[in-house]
Amino acid sequence: MKSQAFDYVRAESAQHALALLAQHGDDARVLAGGQTLLASLGMRLAQPSLLVDIGDLTDLAGISVDHGVLRIGALTRHVEIEESPLVALHAPLLAQAAPHIAHRAIRNRGTFGGALAYADPAAEWPACVLALGGTLVLLGAGGERRVAADDFFRGLFSTARRDDELLLACELPLLAAGERQRFSELARRQGDYAIAGLAARAVVQGSQLSQLRLAWLSLGDRPLRSRAAEQVLQGGPLSAQRIADAEAALRAELSPFADLTHSAAAKLQMAATLLRRAVANLTRDPA
Amino acid sequence: MNTPLDEPTTRVRIEVNGQPVLRDVACRKHLSDFLRDDCGLKGSHLGCEHGVCGACTVRLDGRIVRGCLVLAAQASGHRVETVESATPGLRLKALQDAFVEYNALQCGYCTPGMLMAALDLVERRPDADREQVRMWISGNYCRCTGYHAIVDAVCAVLDLQRVGAFAAEPLPQVNP
Amino acid sequence: MNHPTEVPTRRDLGTELPAVTEDQRHIGVAHPREGVRRLAQGRGQYVDDIELPRLAHVAFWRSPVAHMRIGAIDRAAAQALPGVIAVVTGAEIANLCKPWVATLAHLAGIKSAPQYPLAIERATWQGEPVVAVVAETRARAEDGVALLQVDWDELPAVLDTETALDADTPLIHPELGDNLCFERALDTGGVDEAAARADAVVFEETYHFGRHTGVTLEPRCQIADWNPGDRKLTVYHSCQAPHMMQDLYCRQFDLQEHQVRVICRDVGGSFGIKVHAYPDDFATVALSLMLGRPVKFVADRLESFVSDIHAREHRIHGRIVASKAGEILAFEIDDLTGVGPYSMFPRTSGIEGNQVVTLTGGPYKHRAYRARLQVVFQNKVPTCQYRGVGHPIACAVTEALVDGMAGRLGLDPIVFRQHNVIPDNAYPATGASGIKLEVLSHEACLREAQRLCDYDTLRAEQAALRQQGVHRGIGVAALIELTNPSAAFYGVGGARIASQDGATLRLEPSGVLTVLSGVGEQGQGAEAVFAQIAADAVGVALDRVRVITGDTDVTPYGGGTWASRGTGIGGEAVLLAGRVLRDNILAVAEAILKRDRTGLRLRRGVVIDEASGQALLDLAELGRIAYFRSDTLPASCTPELMVTRHYAQRDYPFIFTNGVQVSHVEVDVDTGFVKLLRHWAVEDCGRVINPMLVDEQMRGAIVQGIGGALFEECLYDEGGTLSNGNMADYLVPMAGEMPDIVIGHVQSPTRSSQLGAKGAGEAGTAGAPAAVMNAINDALAPFGVRVSSQPITPEKILRALGRI
Repeated sequence: MKSQAFDYVRAESAQHALALLAQHGDDARVLAGGQTLLASLGMRLAQPSLLVDIGDLTDLAGISVDHGVLRIGALTRHVEIEESPLVALHAPLLAQAAPHIAHRAIRNRGTFGGALAYADPAAEWPACVLALGGTLVLLGAGGERRVAADDFFRGLFSTARRDDELLLACELPLLAAGERQRFSELARRQGDYAIAGLAARAVVQGSQLSQLRLAWLSLGDRPLRSRAAEQVLQGGPLSAQRIADAEAALRAELSPFADLTHSAAAKLQMAATLLRRAVANLTRDPA
Repeated sequence: MNTPLDEPTTRVRIEVNGQPVLRDVACRKHLSDFLRDDCGLKGSHLGCEHGVCGACTVRLDGRIVRGCLVLAAQASGHRVETVESATPGLRLKALQDAFVEYNALQCGYCTPGMLMAALDLVERRPDADREQVRMWISGNYCRCTGYHAIVDAVCAVLDLQRVGAFAAEPLPQVNP
Repeated sequence: MNHPTEVPTRRDLGTELPAVTEDQRHIGVAHPREGVRRLAQGRGQYVDDIELPRLAHVAFWRSPVAHMRIGAIDRAAAQALPGVIAVVTGAEIANLCKPWVATLAHLAGIKSAPQYPLAIERATWQGEPVVAVVAETRARAEDGVALLQVDWDELPAVLDTETALDADTPLIHPELGDNLCFERALDTGGVDEAAARADAVVFEETYHFGRHTGVTLEPRCQIADWNPGDRKLTVYHSCQAPHMMQDLYCRQFDLQEHQVRVICRDVGGSFGIKVHAYPDDFATVALSLMLGRPVKFVADRLESFVSDIHAREHRIHGRIVASKAGEILAFEIDDLTGVGPYSMFPRTSGIEGNQVVTLTGGPYKHRAYRARLQVVFQNKVPTCQYRGVGHPIACAVTEALVDGMAGRLGLDPIVFRQHNVIPDNAYPATGASGIKLEVLSHEACLREAQRLCDYDTLRAEQAALRQQGVHRGIGVAALIELTNPSAAFYGVGGARIASQDGATLRLEPSGVLTVLSGVGEQGQGAEAVFAQIAADAVGVALDRVRVITGDTDVTPYGGGTWASRGTGIGGEAVLLAGRVLRDNILAVAEAILKRDRTGLRLRRGVVIDEASGQALLDLAELGRIAYFRSDTLPASCTPELMVTRHYAQRDYPFIFTNGVQVSHVEVDVDTGFVKLLRHWAVEDCGRVINPMLVDEQMRGAIVQGIGGALFEECLYDEGGTLSNGNMADYLVPMAGEMPDIVIGHVQSPTRSSQLGAKGAGEAGTAGAPAAVMNAINDALAPFGVRVSSQPITPEKILRALGRI
């Protein structure tokens, strides 16, 4: 199917983009990687009259370590994160998650900021950013502001970004001493949207977990933390009983929607399995 | 090819298979339609137009992309390569030969996109094993072959590369 | 080819059988297809690649709901859009194109309602085309469709096969009296007696198969080009049966064959999806007739899902009776299948269910069989033949019942089958359902499959891994598959579908050979197979042969590609024509060389003296003289260097093939996910012309079968709209999840032809769902649970295990 007709302009600066968004409101869309936007326009699911291409705003791309945080620009392509030595060192969770995002050709175009701003609950980056406790950096007419990941994802395809703001970057804490990160998801085919997925990080000492954050994808209308399960797992040294209790807590606090093929019960069963396997993986002695 | 006058258009200048192409196109036209309609290059095929099947896979600035998920307007000022390159490099030619030798194509509709994906692997993952080849081409749908022969063909070309068959065209130092 | 480090592929099977030609060097050999090199360069010619002067494009407004009464259609805004050429409704198309009813006389009692290219009064499935917008570009045509105002009232929809025949279910076509398309009952007698025996063991199970579809990567497409100047219609069509379409266009539009040319160049996958006559095909032709210019229709992927035929929606109650001693005594099935609101034209939607009745139990020796079939109409996308047709269902049911019984008797699945298949020395034989079997090789294939997969090692490994909580399964399936159909398939029912085929071989002046065939090429390698046969039949080098298919103006009148007939029937015609051409060439050589032809032979393009081997006359020289120097030939010699022969298979209704498949899987019992570890298939398609092409047909067909077994289903919501009609939500198999597939061959040639070749295109799809389901159930055996509904999803496995 072909899109409905629209006009196209390349933003020359972030301010230029903001001005166009303010002027056209809901009739305009930001075009970054376009891997989601162009697919939905091609199915005539939306009919904007103007696309504002921010692809030339190179200031919004790049991965760097600044002031003790890993800063990933919004226009950074998924593939750059997948291949980045800085990410591998400081936020391995993202390097583990990247190969699950669609396929290579999509990852060469899709952007980190695009995925975060779109906030599909089945997407990998929102759950990763939530697991790591990142900070989203937004730019509006009034300047920059920062929003914590815990406060950024508000609902189905809904974030704290206002319509007249651009997402500039995400800042992530650097991997701490003793910290381990583990991403896993279950999908019928490589690259499909996950049926259930888990982005997990913790500081591990023997069989004791601390600073544990469990962020789930495809199990709600937004990426979710399972705080009850986190609490149980951090309550003492891990044991078969503690893990069983954590699973019970998880099942009680998650209310996933069924999808076309999988019931909520199946998703909970898969989530419980992902939890067990992630805990085992996080606490496994390194070879 | 004939765009009615009442829709927004833009002027694009795109380097296609080494040649500059200058056209006025509808803003909504995607790169695959641009290649097919405006450049007469019918090798890139449309299978879904929502970025999933991979039939439209081409190279943009040296990286594989879905032609249906890139606007021609976005590609202006950039460089596109398709399987119809008039002077295919040694690796692409070897892949084409291997596909014929192993019958890694039947109807041929997925083949241009599959070749672009396979070429990307041969250049960037020279040490790929059979399993990794399978994963790499998992973004390209083929209904005819069941994939086994395609994996055989790509593995055969990786073997050739390992014994230096393409030494005359050393790979540029790219990110892995 | 199998991976070089594993089982080596036999690249030459020709030496296993007596040669069928003199100096046979290509038949049986795995030659690559040089003719597809251009496709690897992106230089194909698919329908959408063709540009014609004044080419217009059509897009359709299709019903968004399962059943509606069509009200007023306001076209003003669409017509006013610059670039829109015409907006046309069903009533206007009906002025040019007759309606059709898709029934065949040999499916006793089948009924359906008249159908028009565009719906008039009512639309009866989500996706049925209602209004056509023709414009200068496809994008502009879609813009026009978006501007149409169509008034409609939703009507109650029939969406559940189990209640389709209930008294209070609305009738889709009141004039038909009920929602029954076709029914059939078969009873050999003896089933109840078998079950009543003192030593009888009975196993019963209910199977569900989810409706799914072909998803050809190149969607359906055509260009209809009516030239009012010479009153000729040319249709460039991505299809499998050009002569059938030529005949249909003639009859629906009151034209004669010489006014209609159908051309099929490169076809991007077909699998049966493109052998049917669709309403939008007729609509596109009508538009070209109306507008006097070429009109192109290319289904985009979203409309493909709601307009391409669907297939294989069945619920089957199955029962198998055996003696405690391990002898299968009887099979019984009750099959309920749901089609669309119309039987599909022209092959009918009754064939798939009919085949399930005919083929269930096929490999086995039992004599007692009872079957009941009901084919019911629904307000969903129409269904029809799709690769394998009824075989995947019949085989999955049969083989699951056989495994279930083996389990009940405590017998190994392969041993149980070995005791019960029709023995290899028992042919010709008649199956319990009445099928006539010329020669099969179930025993040989079972032995070879067991050897190829190293069955005993797989079993030992399975037992060891079970101790560690790793659950692997091995599933076996024996199958039969009909090929090389006679006119018993369609012709007897009144369909103008050719079961005969023809080949023309022409020697060109320079000594190259042109082959024209009525069978088509959609990637399976028909052209390569014909080239190999022609090269050997005549006596020329393979690279001197060119094959032309897919043009009704050019090729002999034939049936095209379906029911795995291409090699067996089309190939036989090539062989017959080639032999005669060889004779004719030698007759000319005799005249040129002025010596008796009995000592002459034609070898690799050269006429030689048989005794000495001396080269006497090159074909290029013979051609020069024959075509340009007839003044030098005696009056008694007129060279006939273009020969046509036809062939129809008339010995049996079908020439059956057989095979055995083995699937090796691992089931994650915590998540319900299935990993396909490996797949083996031993196939017997008679004389193999090109082992590599047979291997690749098997592999592609197996993966297609796996799709239906594990991944693919057209999911309808309660309102009758398709909820997963796109490539992200409808799951086709991709490389990452598919196993390596090892192929073995047995050759039992058919005597119904000189070539001895049977068909090979569909057997893979017939057996794969059975093998995979049996493997999963084998993995689950320690838990005492089974799955019997395809596609087998993690949801279904978790439910069976009681984990949810």
